[in-house]
Amino acid sequence: MNGSAGRRAAALALLPALALAGCAAGEDSAGEPAETLTLTVLAAASLTDVLEPVADGFEGDHPGVDVELSFAASSTVVQQVNEGAGADVVALAGEASLEPLAAEHRHGDVVLFATNQLEIAVPVDNTAGIEDLDDLTGSDLTVVACAEQVPCGQAAATLLEEQGLDVQIASYEPDVRATLTKVELGEADAGLVYRTDVTSAEDRVAGVEIPAERNVVNRYPAVAVSEQELAQDFVDDLLSDTVQRTLTDAGFGAAPTDP
Amino acid sequence: MTATTTRRPPTGPAAAPARRRGAWSLRIPAGLGLAFIVLPLLALLLRTDWADLTTHLSAPVVGQSLRLSAVTTSATMVLVWLLGTPLAWLLARSESRLTAWARALVTVPLVLPPVVGGVALLLAWGRRGVLGGPLEAWFGITVPFTTVAVVMAELFVALPFYVVAVEGAMRGLDRRYDQVAATLGAGPLRTFLTVVVPMVLPGIAAGSALAWARALGEFGATITFAGSFPGRTQTAPLGVYAALEQDPQAAIALSVVMLTISVVVLGALRTRWLR
Repeated sequence: MNGSAGRRAAALALLPALALAGCAAGEDSAGEPAETLTLTVLAAASLTDVLEPVADGFEGDHPGVDVELSFAASSTVVQQVNEGAGADVVALAGEASLEPLAAEHRHGDVVLFATNQLEIAVPVDNTAGIEDLDDLTGSDLTVVACAEQVPCGQAAATLLEEQGLDVQIASYEPDVRATLTKVELGEADAGLVYRTDVTSAEDRVAGVEIPAERNVVNRYPAVAVSEQELAQDFVDDLLSDTVQRTLTDAGFGAAPTDP
Repeated sequence: MTATTTRRPPTGPAAAPARRRGAWSLRIPAGLGLAFIVLPLLALLLRTDWADLTTHLSAPVVGQSLRLSAVTTSATMVLVWLLGTPLAWLLARSESRLTAWARALVTVPLVLPPVVGGVALLLAWGRRGVLGGPLEAWFGITVPFTTVAVVMAELFVALPFYVVAVEGAMRGLDRRYDQVAATLGAGPLRTFLTVVVPMVLPGIAAGSALAWARALGEFGATITFAGSFPGRTQTAPLGVYAALEQDPQAAIALSVVMLTISVVVLGALRTRWLR
């Protein structure tokens, strides 16, 4: 018994050491040569895949700049900035989610750089046989959506209300990626996500399109949240032809021209 | 304890100041450590809108999620007692090698990130899961997104706390008591219920309090496995998370309630341990 207690104590003693090793490794990668400039971009979860190539392109055009991306629900992103998270740029999934962003953090004009609309994600085998929006009202279906605090949830609520559809939601997920995952795992028969999420999931989920006249369109704003000059450059760059092409390839709508 | 930190042996006239220095060199980091834990809790209390606390506590998310937490943690505790007590007894008394492995496995959820527990539960009990698949196909029972899933997530993370505490108490038990009971003609079940369990009641109380507090605080496994739906799967911690984005003062009020409960539970344990 003593032996096993000793082993257990040794194993427990190792844990903090492992944690410290993890911290030390983190410090090393952060303490890079001083000439590297880090640009921190906090973005909506629905931008997860598309901003990677955009950041790579920006780093290519600006040698010595390291773009760090962090993704969360739009409302979380705004909250992080308001609470003083050291970010340079925020990119969100809807204009409404920008409203709580404190004025002191806005350094520059808001740029609307893309649009996105909802689509129904279903498991590849679509066991429930969902073929249009009206099929979601079945009472034996498990339908998931984003929480109303995040843009995709607001869009979903607006959509269902405007169409007068009584859809029983099984769970309000914290962000659009969590919603997609529940469909991908087959736990939900359908999920209301963005068209781009269905595109990015490739063959892991199937999509059921919602016709434009019944759909809700979200416009994506970006704004510099630090005085860093590069932050404004990054925001402006979102409207460049290259980035716009990347965005449309991912299924986003082009930057809206009317303000 | 302070003397061991000084280099010079604590003898002669130098002993007193040396011991003092030693004490301070321990007190400063110790104080910082304590402050690191206490400050965020104080911040929570400082940012609470005490004047309107009752208004915030009457926000629908608060009552609904606390009610659900009360129901699910109660169900969890019944399962913890029914399954955990026999498990602790077997782990305490069996000497086979398998038991050592079982004991190690039981403690896994203690160190596993709760969200990993949620993923594991989903892969086991989800609609496409190892067990959940047949369950749905044969009986039409779906586990995820239900209150039952919340109880399962809570049981997964809370059971080890109970088993570890109760097993410790049972192992410290003198074997002669149950041997005597056996010679007097009591069967194993009767011995267990009338001799063993009453003697380890303090351990059961301590283990129950810890397990219940853990079940109450469960977040990661719940949101992953059970999802978040007001009144059905949105427990108090999930309620805090949801409210934080829309009604921060309701989130803070709910947090204060949970902090109070945690302190009360630990306070009750403290008197037991210091007895």
